[in-house]
Amino acid sequence: MPRFRDTELSLSPSVPRKERVKDPKNIMRSVDPAALEMLAHYKDSGIITGYDRYVAQQPQCAFGYEGVCCKICIQGPCRVKGMEGAKSKGVCGAHDYTIVARNISRLAAGGASAHSDHGREIVYTLLAAARGETGDFKVKDEEKLRRVAANVGISAEGKDVNALAEEVALAALNDFGNITSEPCRWLTSYLTDGRKKKFEDCNIAPTSIDRAVVNLLHSTHMGVDADPVNIIFTGLRAGLADYTGMHISTDISDIVLGTPEPCVSEANLGVLKPKKVNIILHGHNPMLSQTLVDIGPEMEDEAKAAGAEGIQFSGICCTGNEVLMRSGVPIATNFSSQELAIMTGVADLMIVDVQCIMPSIRAVAECFNTKIVTTMSNSKIPGSEHIAFDEKHAVESARTVIRMAIDSFKQRQGKEYFVPDVKSKVIAGFSVESIMNLFSKINADVPMQALIDEIEAGRIKGVAFFCGCNNLESVHDQNHLEIVKGLLKENVFVITTGCSAQAMAKAGIMDPAHVDELCGENLAAFLHKLEELNKDTLTDGLPSAFHVGSCVDCSRAHDFLTLMAKTMGVDTPKVPYVATAPEAMSEKAISIGCGFVADGVPTHVGTMPPIEGSACVYDIACRIASDVYGGYFIFETDYAKATEKLLAALEYRTWKMGVHKAVAEKFDAPLTQNY
Amino acid sequence: MSFEEIYNGAVEEGKEPKRLFKQAQEGAIIATSYAEILLTQAIKKYGAETELHYPDTAYYLPVISALSGEKVETLGQLPAILNKKRAQIFEPLTFENARLAGESTLFAAEIIEALKYIETDKPYEEPWLGFIGDPVVRKYGIKMVDWTIPGEAIILGRAKDSKSAAKIVAKLMGQGMMLFLSDEVCEQLLEENVKLGLDYIAYPLGNFTQVVHAANYALRAGMMFGNIPLGETENQRDYQRRRIMAFGIHLGERDEVKTAAEFGCIYLGFPIVTDQVLAEDEELNDWYVSEPDYDKIVGLAMEIRGVKLTNIEIDIPINQGPAFEGETIRKGDMYYEMGNNKSEAFELVRMVDADHIEDGKITVVGPETNEFNEGDKVPIGIVVDIYGRKMQEDFEGVLERRVHYFINYGEGLWHVNQRDTVWMRVSKDAIAKGFRFHDYGEILIAKYKQEYSAIVDRVQVTIYTDAEEVSKMHKVAKEVYTARDNRLKELRDEKVDTFYSCLLCQSFAPNHVCILTPEHVGLCGAVSWLDAKAAYEIDPNGANQPVEKGEPIDEEKGQWQTCNDYFYKESHQNLEIVNLYTMMEFPASSCGCFEAIMAVIFECNGIAIATRNHTGMTPSGMTFSTLAGSCGGGVQTPGFLGIGRAYLTSGKFIPADGGRARIVWMPTELKEEIRDEFNAACEADGLGPNFIDKIADETVGESAEEILPWLEEQGHPALTMPDIMGE
Repeated sequence: MPRFRDTELSLSPSVPRKERVKDPKNIMRSVDPAALEMLAHYKDSGIITGYDRYVAQQPQCAFGYEGVCCKICIQGPCRVKGMEGAKSKGVCGAHDYTIVARNISRLAAGGASAHSDHGREIVYTLLAAARGETGDFKVKDEEKLRRVAANVGISAEGKDVNALAEEVALAALNDFGNITSEPCRWLTSYLTDGRKKKFEDCNIAPTSIDRAVVNLLHSTHMGVDADPVNIIFTGLRAGLADYTGMHISTDISDIVLGTPEPCVSEANLGVLKPKKVNIILHGHNPMLSQTLVDIGPEMEDEAKAAGAEGIQFSGICCTGNEVLMRSGVPIATNFSSQELAIMTGVADLMIVDVQCIMPSIRAVAECFNTKIVTTMSNSKIPGSEHIAFDEKHAVESARTVIRMAIDSFKQRQGKEYFVPDVKSKVIAGFSVESIMNLFSKINADVPMQALIDEIEAGRIKGVAFFCGCNNLESVHDQNHLEIVKGLLKENVFVITTGCSAQAMAKAGIMDPAHVDELCGENLAAFLHKLEELNKDTLTDGLPSAFHVGSCVDCSRAHDFLTLMAKTMGVDTPKVPYVATAPEAMSEKAISIGCGFVADGVPTHVGTMPPIEGSACVYDIACRIASDVYGGYFIFETDYAKATEKLLAALEYRTWKMGVHKAVAEKFDAPLTQNY
Repeated sequence: MSFEEIYNGAVEEGKEPKRLFKQAQEGAIIATSYAEILLTQAIKKYGAETELHYPDTAYYLPVISALSGEKVETLGQLPAILNKKRAQIFEPLTFENARLAGESTLFAAEIIEALKYIETDKPYEEPWLGFIGDPVVRKYGIKMVDWTIPGEAIILGRAKDSKSAAKIVAKLMGQGMMLFLSDEVCEQLLEENVKLGLDYIAYPLGNFTQVVHAANYALRAGMMFGNIPLGETENQRDYQRRRIMAFGIHLGERDEVKTAAEFGCIYLGFPIVTDQVLAEDEELNDWYVSEPDYDKIVGLAMEIRGVKLTNIEIDIPINQGPAFEGETIRKGDMYYEMGNNKSEAFELVRMVDADHIEDGKITVVGPETNEFNEGDKVPIGIVVDIYGRKMQEDFEGVLERRVHYFINYGEGLWHVNQRDTVWMRVSKDAIAKGFRFHDYGEILIAKYKQEYSAIVDRVQVTIYTDAEEVSKMHKVAKEVYTARDNRLKELRDEKVDTFYSCLLCQSFAPNHVCILTPEHVGLCGAVSWLDAKAAYEIDPNGANQPVEKGEPIDEEKGQWQTCNDYFYKESHQNLEIVNLYTMMEFPASSCGCFEAIMAVIFECNGIAIATRNHTGMTPSGMTFSTLAGSCGGGVQTPGFLGIGRAYLTSGKFIPADGGRARIVWMPTELKEEIRDEFNAACEADGLGPNFIDKIADETVGESAEEILPWLEEQGHPALTMPDIMGE
């Protein structure tokens, strides 16, 4: 059942399929002034970027777009059409609903694999550190280690740091390959009781991450599961495996690298310094990038000896977010414009690890003086250099990479460059812990109550979590920015991760100077109150939207939600909280979305996943999910309508909660758990 | 005609709404798959042997028991049942298959809901109801059979806004419809302070699959009153279509599961109207139709279901209808009250001659509502003068008792007791809406003329609120009461030559027949010999017919040949012999909507009485619901007898079995209500004063073993009486 009070708003997108890509022949598909400047500058240069390729792909195949193209077995591709007759099914006899459910669930499996495998790499780093097998990493945040241990039920009593760290690491690894029927610890330890029961009743709590993915790939193999509900539930289980992997990633990264604290930085291509050695950190795994950043200062002299003014690190995608959160490293740009960072001509070296790295960066780099270095065994690009990273030789590898960059800098001298003078100030570094620190100045005992009080008084409408990618079906960054502006004005408290956070960072939304202009009066007042009470630690004030990290840090957004629910004494579907991936692109966005829907959150996606080919699967995702889990998908490509729907979803929960409270009082009954 | 013929004309050949059928088919897939996942998990968690039942019902999981005959008592029985229904989701997109998919969806929803009752009897918080127990279904049975409740509306989804939802519902409540509400329409109505709950026959069920509790309710009516055996699916569907005048109103965005559930309704013969615009391949003539205009949607739904309206609109500032009969007005909501020994109050209906009445005249003697202050104790006298060519003095009492119902129909008006023990309240809301004493007159005149048109030609109402005038008229009323009582004392079974039948319940319990005698009120408690006599005057072809007493076959047991003949004919040859004065041998049958049930307790050589309001165990080893489930639908069950509460003080209380001396147990709730009157009757029987205190109740025990020693201590007469089982 849809959850908007305004029945004029439906859960189907307001824009017909053929009209979703506006101005499909125009490559100037961005609202980022730096990106537009770059595209204009290189307009006739012959350099091909994602913008050109997106336009070249139009119009895209409608069968594939709607999810009714099945390539799971090699009798295919089968494209199904109509309600009856031979053409309405694949060669094997699969219905539209089976095909769409399988396709979309497999995307979730891809996403869960990416997030969790990333987490696994990090756990191995902690394990090596705990066992003294590497000198390059150690437990940096012992308090976090103890908190995590307590959360997942590991006693710290009488254990030294490394012994405890080893136990935590092994417990985390067990979540990947647990052989019992117990659900993953990093999932159940962070849920409300209501969610635990719901996941158990519906059999979607993964017992191990790997098994959830393997099981999904098996059940969506040709000739296995044909039942759309069963397949979608298997997909949701992968979504929760993704949640588990993300949570492990965040927890262990914080333990090894430190839990983020508010920091000051900048974003957009203007952060690149022509006279410095520019090293761009791109990808998702923070271990190598953080090592580079940590080792940077000791390499400054070598850079200066080569004629540079120093070393300038900057980030793209989530590895960029990780080093921003912990070390204040500036953001160069986000996903869609990654090639443009190379086209500035001043990027001496781009080091990449995993995920969201366009293979084309190497081709673009050919035209400039940029070295592309891959580092992970599962992520290589022909023509680029590869330096195998492992946790035991991290510092050594980092030194090698920086020296390669310095070399590259030397060769760059005298070559042309074009760096748009566009950048914005950014305040970032908001872990749940650091946000609660801020809130604790209002309510020391129950910090989250500070926000709940604002919401219950009607001054703040709720919380919106922004995440996800860029997708040129939208205009680059436009959905992110227009929707966040719309929500901020309506006094919605915003937290964000991933490329969404970077879009906001580039556009100045994380610059405290713009709070009064961007936020509604009540939200601005709340932020100013927090600033005032925390002025001893906050040097530069607070931003309109809170950057909570990389895409694995969507776990922080889940924790924020759980904390709200527990503080309000309700299950998550009653919390005025929405999530949005305004420009979803990757498989990870699908698995994150599944996780949020299962966790009871209205989840907007601003670019269409391949689901419209089956009314049945569409109904399950958008309507029945709401009845079963309280969370549901909202697919809407028009940003103004999307903003309206997100606000409506928040307002709806507030309205319903108001009625429920009044009714409980009137009938002298406990608050209903209905949602 | 075969049941399936009711669907003729719904689909035009070549224009089958295949999209709609596909939605139903896929919705059934979703619902049954989801049910299977939950069920498999539940069996894994709790074990197949785990007991499973809804609270307070004798019909297992009613949707399943009614439509398949399966008596589900444990989790492990469900997979096979669900599999049968999964197996009837067929691929061809036809209307017939869509209906079968609908039935499968009802089964799935029933399973999903039943699982919620594994760990608790109350999975939902008030006012949300979830499953509604048998006693409620029985309680409103009489109103369903006499069409006071002309039909049932199942509203699911959400209206455009709360005010529109309230408007639709006000219209339905005004017509006396029973309401089943699912999804956000509940919140919308609660927001608008629409009165919902068991007392208002407006049931907020919950969300999503909770809507199945509407089907659970309707199908039990078939089993309780229609005596349709479990699993006689086609009979049950036929019953539903003929007698349960239900329809569905779907508000707001549609989804496939809702559509499939709605085809479950269609399977039972209930059509659906939605406020959503439907495409051409989503509409079914008269079965699945669109009406976006909220002013027309209720009318259209009633029209396609063929609901005949019984309530009339009265021009008063408050809503009125049977929905508000059960409304209580708490002190906090009360503007002021009348009677209850705090102020002088009475009501009187008297027959007058044609010269002393001006038809339709309403006079208020004394201050109007707005001239009193909040919290005042207001004196009141309501005098209804009636003239009718066929009016008799004997009917005064019958008509006077109607004042209670008619006034209670007003929203914000509350009335209990009768004559000069009346106690009335008016709510703050009603006063705020502009209610005046004058409106009592409007209600009474309109209702008397509607319901008693055959005996009532002219009505005039005078409301006294001036203290002195009230006192003056009260004296007049007392004289009338005394005269009437003297006449009533003469009313004995032996002294009349005509009994009256009541076949009212045959609209729901086709084989049930009641014979009413002056000393034997109908087991529903709602129809007495005098009521029936008056009803016969009103409509000589109606449900109440005279039965000449003639010569008795067995005077002690209360058997007459004329009555036997009547029973045989009107029960469609199901009953041959009926004894009116015993519950042990050929006892009267029950329709199902009785107020209380009596059961023999062999160990105590007596009987226990379970009332509808008592949900606990009784010494018979059964709860009211289980007891009631074992007799009803027009079947004779020796050792059991459904009764109206008033029968407990009757001069003909199972005389052949030993009368009131046999009563060994009744719940305290009943004791409190009937204490004085019952004690007086017992004293007259020669059982001594305060006999009620010798009767055990739940505080003494809930089993024969528990109460027997106590009864011995009290020296209860039943223990020394002849064996209740006879020789």
